[in-house]
Amino acid sequence: MARALINVPRKARRGEIIEIKTLLSHPMETGYRRDNMGNLISRDIISRFVCVYNGTEVFQADLFPAVAANPFLSFFTVATESGTFEFRWTDDHGNTQTAQANIEVA
Amino acid sequence: MSAMPEHLGHRTCAAFLLAALSVVASGASGSEIPAAEKRSDYEFMSPDTRAIQDDDGTNPGMFSVLDGEGLWNKKDGVLSVSCDDCHSGASMRGIAARYPAYDVDYKRPVDLQERINICRKRRQNATPLPPESRELLALAAFVAHQSRGMFIELAIDERLKPFFDAGRELFEGRQGQLNISCAQCHDDNWGKRLAGNVIPQAQPTGYPAYRLEWQEIGSLQRRLRNCLTGMRAEPYPDDAIEYVELELYMAWRANGLRIETPAVRP
Amino acid sequence: MDIIPHPTATRRIFLTGVGSLVGAFGVAPTLVLRPATATPSAMAAAIREVVGEAALHQGRVKLDIPPLVENGNTVSVTVSIDSPMSELDHVKSIHIFNEKNPQPNVTIFHLNPRAGRARISTRNRLADSQKVVAIARLSDETFWYDSADVMVTLAACLEDLR
Repeated sequence: MARALINVPRKARRGEIIEIKTLLSHPMETGYRRDNMGNLISRDIISRFVCVYNGTEVFQADLFPAVAANPFLSFFTVATESGTFEFRWTDDHGNTQTAQANIEVA
Repeated sequence: MSAMPEHLGHRTCAAFLLAALSVVASGASGSEIPAAEKRSDYEFMSPDTRAIQDDDGTNPGMFSVLDGEGLWNKKDGVLSVSCDDCHSGASMRGIAARYPAYDVDYKRPVDLQERINICRKRRQNATPLPPESRELLALAAFVAHQSRGMFIELAIDERLKPFFDAGRELFEGRQGQLNISCAQCHDDNWGKRLAGNVIPQAQPTGYPAYRLEWQEIGSLQRRLRNCLTGMRAEPYPDDAIEYVELELYMAWRANGLRIETPAVRP
Repeated sequence: MDIIPHPTATRRIFLTGVGSLVGAFGVAPTLVLRPATATPSAMAAAIREVVGEAALHQGRVKLDIPPLVENGNTVSVTVSIDSPMSELDHVKSIHIFNEKNPQPNVTIFHLNPRAGRARISTRNRLADSQKVVAIARLSDETFWYDSADVMVTLAACLEDLR
């Protein structure tokens, strides 16, 4: 099941500011919708996103139901060293999904 | 292979197509969109929505294409074969550009989703996937995506002609409580505004498509059901031949436009 | 421009009826009965929780959001702040608020000098035509904002109940 689409440059110069784009497959169910029987569909959203760069958190976001389905987040970070980005999406039940991307910094 | 007969039919009936086109053109309501003015619905969207479609890394429809690739390679059915065992994904290039296509056993046109289920039954001995299911949409999205960038090229031969004519009548005929036809908006008034939105030509170039209103990917049939509801007409039953007839006519009407699957649409 | 209304301003409660039928997640469509939405005062209260009694300066923040949106389910938003993102002068957090969704908060982004550039893009849901506000908290504990009015049109062809 395709879960996340990540866009990180494969290579960067040391000190270069790079853009990271992430897209997660997730309905971001608001908790305000009702099914055709009139029952509330319970809320199921990603509430926290974290980007970890070689073990250090470099970016975090707190998400609310007003974030669109299949949450898209784009942000910037300074390419400091070669290594791995880890992206973590945590929903409001505490489940976490992760994805990784490597970068070569010269 | 089921692909063969249609391919032969396409070649040998090219001349018939020319004749059919001229017959069809003369009998029309007279407001068909000239070829030079045909535009994808993409061109009527806001720049922000277009930007979502343009980038494969940010187009949520791509999740379906990727899922479809996984399913394409998955062994399934009693015969435990995968789609890939018979034909590679890449070999699907060009297929969606000619759909709906005639099926010799069913003796009628079938759309891509029906074709996938027919294949599952015949080649994999697998149960059909439910219509509008995530899996079926993913497979259809994967197959149609292989034709992305190619021109839609529907040839209406004598076998398809009755269904084509029926589809055209559905498109041009008034229906529903508002007593309007698809053609009145999409042939005669495209480019103008309706309740703040620009009316597109209704060219089905990117299905299955990620519709922002659905927040997920869906088929052309689902979109047509939404249209019928919007017109205050009773949508046809789920398995009605009307949908395929309409799809056939609309695909022919979109000849010359490029496939965009997975498209993003409002 | 005064985006935090005076406390004694009349509260207007927006109760929208069954305004639209929205497509479902999965196959079964849903009916959306829009609950009493947030009001400008609710947004003001949410902003006050972040900003406190500090002054809210206009400027340095640029909120990029289309003025007319085809579908409120997916609205592209970009917020950029003019900041060197140095140790001494950087953006600590970016807060996006709205005034008519059921909740006033949309997203909070946490940045530090490692970001290099104070700029984020995302996609939001807007329940109706409304004002959107982006507030940046800087390292010197000052607050800067930009706001935009967005017109949200509803799709013409909707999903039916089955």
